[in-house]
Amino acid sequence: MKFERWIRQHTNQITVLVGSLIVAGFVAKWTNNFAISQGLLAGASVLAAVPVIINAVEALRYKTISIELLVSIAVIGAFIIQEYAESAVVTFLFLFGSYLENKTLAKTRQSIKKLTEMAPTTANVLQADGTVVATDVDLLDEGDVVLVKTGGQIPVDGKIVAGSGYVNEASITGESRPVAKQTAESVFSGSLLTNGTLQIEATKVGDETTFAKIIELVEEAQDAKSPAEKFIDRFATYYTPAVLVLALIVWLFSQDFKLAITVLVLGCPGALVIGAPVSNVAGIGNGANHGVLIKGGDVMATLAKVDTFVFDKTGTLTRGETTVSAYHQFGNTNETILPLVAQIEQQSDHPLGQAIINYAKQQAPIAHMPAVAQVDTVKGQGLLAQLSDGQKMLVGNWRLLADHQVTINSEQQQVINDLQQQGSSTVLVAAKQQLVAVIGVADQIRPEVPAKLQALRDLGAKQLIMLTGDNQSTAQVVGEQLGLDQVRAELLPEDKLAIVKQLQANGHRVAFVGDGINDSPSIATADIGIAMGGGTDVAVETSDVVLMRSNFGELVHGYGLAQKTMANLRENITIAILTVVFLLVGLVLGYIYMASGMLVHEGSILVVIFNAMRLLKYQNKKDPKLDVNQVNEMKSPVQSK
Amino acid sequence: MSKAILQLDGLSCPSCMTKIENAVSQQAGVEQVKVLFNAAKVKADFDAEQTTAADLANVVTNLGYEVKAVKVKEN
Repeated sequence: MKFERWIRQHTNQITVLVGSLIVAGFVAKWTNNFAISQGLLAGASVLAAVPVIINAVEALRYKTISIELLVSIAVIGAFIIQEYAESAVVTFLFLFGSYLENKTLAKTRQSIKKLTEMAPTTANVLQADGTVVATDVDLLDEGDVVLVKTGGQIPVDGKIVAGSGYVNEASITGESRPVAKQTAESVFSGSLLTNGTLQIEATKVGDETTFAKIIELVEEAQDAKSPAEKFIDRFATYYTPAVLVLALIVWLFSQDFKLAITVLVLGCPGALVIGAPVSNVAGIGNGANHGVLIKGGDVMATLAKVDTFVFDKTGTLTRGETTVSAYHQFGNTNETILPLVAQIEQQSDHPLGQAIINYAKQQAPIAHMPAVAQVDTVKGQGLLAQLSDGQKMLVGNWRLLADHQVTINSEQQQVINDLQQQGSSTVLVAAKQQLVAVIGVADQIRPEVPAKLQALRDLGAKQLIMLTGDNQSTAQVVGEQLGLDQVRAELLPEDKLAIVKQLQANGHRVAFVGDGINDSPSIATADIGIAMGGGTDVAVETSDVVLMRSNFGELVHGYGLAQKTMANLRENITIAILTVVFLLVGLVLGYIYMASGMLVHEGSILVVIFNAMRLLKYQNKKDPKLDVNQVNEMKSPVQSK
Repeated sequence: MSKAILQLDGLSCPSCMTKIENAVSQQAGVEQVKVLFNAAKVKADFDAEQTTAADLANVVTNLGYEVKAVKVKEN
């Protein structure tokens, strides 16, 4: 066993030595020293054969017929019939080829390696007596408090218990601008503290942290095989033994031993086996570098074939940073109920609610408001609040009001309609069965979106559909501004799911792009679920593709990349098959023997790896930068009024 | 059931992968083995009463691959 390991560790040196012996052997041959030449080449053969045979025997012990076995038999055969030059060159090329394969494969795996090297290894744990002990991150426990100083790496997911500072979270969100963090805020493992000192109480440690999960995801993704790869794998398990049998048959029928061992060498399934995985590894690596996590070769294959993109509006097509565009209060009271509405909305994380809270903060707060006792969320409708004075208050859409028998008069309806036609969403407030206020909230379209949607179309997307819980007129305005094919509004999460299923039943390959937890059924059901916004476990786990920076450009990049990767994979399979055909024809015509066959063979492996490496540099050309005029044009009409 | 994660030095041939997978899964008490080719990791679910992560690391070492780190997760 020690000998085997020594051989494996010194394979490179052996390869160099064998190469020199072969050169010396040929020099001796040309200077007519045949005996010396034969001796040198025989020596080279034996030396080079050792690592190959060791590998072959080991694999055989675990019932695997490997490529090395084919080469070993061929080399031993060539040695027996004293074709030393052939046997030496074949084994040398095989070893040298493996060396080059290693080097180039490492290149294709580079991006993952970079990611894992960013993972924290030690943490400074604060002890009860105030001292600090450096601890391996694997030995940390939840609840440990760690100390991080300027320039240090945050080793856990946790909450800041003391201190403040600026944190660079590029490894999690892809956003490299430092974010200000203070006590009680969350920080993620793998991010860097660019300024300040923090004490962080760990909530997740080691493999449970978001960063560790992202790494694990990418690692697993590179090995998750596409259907083509699975087919080739199955094929290869039968192919290699079949070559062995074929060589035996050739020998029996032709009685030509040399031909038989040549078949063994030519039959090695090199480029075919490596061609497809290497494309996927390079493609997934490129994605990881551009903030697009693609979960495996099968996802890559499906994503490339998507023809229908379904978007969730809030926060996907629009900024999700909504602002209040109008506030109407009905009835003849002078007292605004805005602060009260804001108080109720505090209980919700809906983007519309956030806008109302911000708007209320800008207005002068008014005292003597009844306190909010309890707030219940009615899914897809709004909020139901119980005030401390026993009164009930409804904040939400018309559905919520209709369900609670609130009537809306024609004057009020006119206000609502006007707001909606301007592209605002409306939040209705009701108390005592009466509509008391209408708040118009407008959401800005993300400035880069129109150009990116066009880029998706250029790449082959046939249908772009928006599904939203918003009202019809607001959705229509956004849809027209963006030139979408279809807009469906006033939908509950289950309606979205039903639409996705219907599209699939009509034969479309559907990608659902969403950001919220409430979209997870659609994300899981669509052929490809794309989650915008990294850093949340749900998004990372239920989706097939994660856009780390919540950036629309990443979607275009991912779609284009998937198509390029699949094209690359097909190229590689074609190259591999053509090589086999070329070798067989060459063999039949008598031009190809063992050494030349091995040369072509190793050459084809390098060609497919180099071909795959082109994917590492892939950048979408149809990804124009925006100019200022375009951005201004795209601001929503309400905003510019 | 415990889970062992072995970090290897780097795998280059797909047949090494099959070899390691077969060898580790043939050990007593080992349920499921997954070899991540590109990440050069071996993940194995095993019964802690029948074998240990160190034993599994030994199997891999004896095949001639350097094991750089061993992690165990108890479930």
